[in-house]
Amino acid sequence: MRKTGILLASLAASLMASSALAQDISVKIGVLNDRSGVYADLAGEGSVIAAQMAVDDFGAADKGIKVEIVSADHQNKPDVASTISRQWVDQEGVTAIVDVPTSSAALAVNEVLREANAVFINSGAAASDLTGPACSPHTVHWTYDTWALAHGTGSAMVENGGDSWFFLTADYAFGHALERDTTAVVEASGGSVVGSVRHPFPGTDFSSFLLQAQSSGAKVIGLANAGGDTINSIKQAAEFGITQGGQALAGLLIFLTDVHALGLETAQGLVLTESFYWDLNDSTREWSARFQEKDGDKPTMVQAGVYAGVLHYLKAVEAAKSADADTVIAKMKELPTDDPLFGKGEIRADGRKVHDMYLFKVKAPGDSKGEWDYYEKLATIPADKAFRPLADGGCPLVQ
Amino acid sequence: MTAAIETQSGIAGQQARAGMPAHHAAIFIGLLAAGLVAPFLLYPVFVMKVLCFALFACAFNLLLGYGGLLSFGHAAYFGGAAYVSAHAAKVWGFPPELAILSGVVASAILGTVFGALAIRRQGIYFAMVTLAFAQMVFFFSLQAPFTGGEDGIQAVPRGNLFGVLSLRSDFSLYFVVLAIFLGGLLLIYRIIHSPFGQVLKAIRENEPRAISLGYRTNRYKLAVFVLSATLAGLAGATKAIVFQLASLTDVHWSMSGEVVLMTLIGGMGTVFGPIVGAAVIVTMQNYLATMGAWVTVIQGCIFVICVLLFREGVVGVLARWLKKPL
Amino acid sequence: MFELLGIPPQALFGQLLLGLINGSFYAILSLGLAVIFGLLNIINFTHGAQYMLGAFVAWMLLTYLGIGYWWALLIVPVVVGITGIIIERLLISRLYHLDHLYGLLLTFGLALIIQGVLRNQYGISGLPYAIPPQLAGGQNLGFMFLPNYRGWVVVASLVVCLGTWFVIEKTRLGAYLRAATENPTLVGAFGINVPRMITLTYGFGVALAAFAGVLAAPIYSVNPNMGADLIIVVFAVVVIGGMGSILGAIVTGFGLGLIEGLTKVFYPEASSVAIFVIMAVVLLVKPAGLFGRTA
Repeated sequence: MRKTGILLASLAASLMASSALAQDISVKIGVLNDRSGVYADLAGEGSVIAAQMAVDDFGAADKGIKVEIVSADHQNKPDVASTISRQWVDQEGVTAIVDVPTSSAALAVNEVLREANAVFINSGAAASDLTGPACSPHTVHWTYDTWALAHGTGSAMVENGGDSWFFLTADYAFGHALERDTTAVVEASGGSVVGSVRHPFPGTDFSSFLLQAQSSGAKVIGLANAGGDTINSIKQAAEFGITQGGQALAGLLIFLTDVHALGLETAQGLVLTESFYWDLNDSTREWSARFQEKDGDKPTMVQAGVYAGVLHYLKAVEAAKSADADTVIAKMKELPTDDPLFGKGEIRADGRKVHDMYLFKVKAPGDSKGEWDYYEKLATIPADKAFRPLADGGCPLVQ
Repeated sequence: MTAAIETQSGIAGQQARAGMPAHHAAIFIGLLAAGLVAPFLLYPVFVMKVLCFALFACAFNLLLGYGGLLSFGHAAYFGGAAYVSAHAAKVWGFPPELAILSGVVASAILGTVFGALAIRRQGIYFAMVTLAFAQMVFFFSLQAPFTGGEDGIQAVPRGNLFGVLSLRSDFSLYFVVLAIFLGGLLLIYRIIHSPFGQVLKAIRENEPRAISLGYRTNRYKLAVFVLSATLAGLAGATKAIVFQLASLTDVHWSMSGEVVLMTLIGGMGTVFGPIVGAAVIVTMQNYLATMGAWVTVIQGCIFVICVLLFREGVVGVLARWLKKPL
Repeated sequence: MFELLGIPPQALFGQLLLGLINGSFYAILSLGLAVIFGLLNIINFTHGAQYMLGAFVAWMLLTYLGIGYWWALLIVPVVVGITGIIIERLLISRLYHLDHLYGLLLTFGLALIIQGVLRNQYGISGLPYAIPPQLAGGQNLGFMFLPNYRGWVVVASLVVCLGTWFVIEKTRLGAYLRAATENPTLVGAFGINVPRMITLTYGFGVALAAFAGVLAAPIYSVNPNMGADLIIVVFAVVVIGGMGSILGAIVTGFGLGLIEGLTKVFYPEASSVAIFVIMAVVLLVKPAGLFGRTA
């Protein structure tokens, strides 16, 4: 396989060399995400639309770059993600895989592409390990990660007086990581963690755990879970009168679409951290309006990240005049990033894309002016503070 | 599951002592030939997946088709072995053959414990009990520190076979997997056509009668349960090395349902049926993957159709036409 | 204030009450399974999907027709029960002469179809269903804040469970049913239409599942997978109670809800496994289940 692979590759390379006269580089972008499950709304087809918009806005065709987009559903399972990405790279000549929500699936793709000739631009997953111990020379982590969420929400809550915490943690690797990161932040900012309870994953009934959180007397209940678990915890917290009782809920991983599903009545007052919101400035509003025309919903930060990531990838391909993974990644890290959604930023040596993050509060129903008018911006966390410092990640690429 | 199942093994049993009949030998040779050619025509990783699931389905069929016991929790042994071998290869640094062996041993132990409890009940009760045990394994896999929870165990090294032959290339690994598959299949074939297999058949058809003949039926049932669990473990452990990954999908109860489906489509109680069933299901999942949840719907429909109209399965029907057990 | 096993009694009462609420769902669902199993000898794997269907139909009634919760509570079990009757007549009835395990496989396939279709249509992120206004709010019981709706769930399920038990154990219709369970041929010889009774029983069991689905809709988000994992827990409940035992299903349902509630306090990580562990122990000690007759 390896030998034939090399043979084929050299054959293809010689073919490409002859056609390079015509300045034609062809790239194939695979959008791999959840298309039927809990993350289908925040990524799903919307991410494919975002990727296509990036290709169109870049004007790839005019610049001699032939772009093809394929997509698939990884069902949030690492084994499915691994199989599809292997097949894409081995058989279909995919040169970049983008999006991939769900940490487990993202880590699986990360491993497959580590030694393959393809770039991984992750937007959807939270695992900070992607740019930490598991970092790979082919991976760029674009939109957010657990460290950024924990720091944004954790330190802001403590500053505003929420100095005692109780965690409701989904009992699996992702939940533990989120709890661990947030605990560190809360304690570093002078707060304390009075307790935590681990609920089975996935759970349906959180009342018992919420009751324990209530009787702990903590000022803040940190929800170290995701997707349906978070939505159900928030709903049931409202049902048991926990928020009315004066305790605040801190959602550590909540997206715009989750708030949309919950409705403002239930979600109001939640504090959360995101890297993008459609109503930030003129250029985000303009792009989001175009997105909404095609998709029907406003974009989430994950979809915005797919757009920006693909745009930067194409810029790098143009500059490098090649689709070779190592060359393109080097260019992506060398060129400063600049796009209408995240503004100016950079990609660090460990693959972490850094930009500003924002702390939002969900509006009360009365304050909302329109269908998607959900967030009020509390603070901007500057790029240099928003993400884990390069030295702390333990990424082997940065020694 | 008693006499109601239309199996082919009745005829097969008559040849127990006569060695392998010519048409079976021909099929084995055909499988070997197809196996040797396949990686040059198809994507090797895909063929390896088919082989792993085919072995899993054959192991399951040993219990259902020949032992007459419907387990609804075989994912526990498949996935459990996958976790153990992945852990052995990644954390303990075992070479692939020892990693797979540790997975197999683990599933044998698991099969012995669960089997000893489960065979106390029959029929539907048995199915429920195996399902419940599999759920316990699922929750254990979700929460135990070494399984990586939701992430599973990733980046499992393929390593060097016997310390010398590197398995990093899909091709060299493929032939190892093919050897494991054929070895497992031959073993199952031998078990079915041994005196032990004959007693199993007797128990399946009429347990009280087998008891009255002096057989300790529970020992036989336990033995076939453990054998089936162990071979399912072999399939799971191999899959973990192929995909360099052990994950919750392997222990989830829908995996237990899938293996029932494979066996049902191919023909339960036929030696080669489960291989066909596994090939059909894996191919379907692979090529219909873009259709999302419709795959589930199609699988459900196949289930219903098989149960209502097509209880003999593909190979079962074929065997009836040929008037030869397959 | 004294403490019980390191937990203040208030918290303990609260958790027990919550356990009872969860137990209500286990009880109704395992009751339906037990009724069906008793007469049809089929483990109805579609039960979880039918419970989910109940919640979905309630949601559809509200969304497309504007029919609210209280009417849904009546209409949904009838509608879903009728789909159950159709399934029994068209599909399940063809399998009675075969091994019972084919029934299990058939209903498993049906569950996959129902879940798959709804997943395609509505995704799995869950649809909201509001608590009816009459039951909004809650009572402060001193040791906990009990939402009115949860209290209603316990009451409703107790009434339904006891009503079913009464009909089966104390009425003439129930006597026929029990007799048909023991010996359908003999009951048929007395001029009772046994196949029709079987069909109606299946419909009734399914209606119970749908009723539980409507009860669940306002508490849990309505999504196509809501029954898939629950049903396996309910299987365990039925096995522990003794298959086919009506009283066993009810008592074990509530009882295991309580036990699960307690494990959530003392050892929350194990709460989802507790029931299966109990099942293994019961099978070791009393293979026919707590209330089952030895087969």
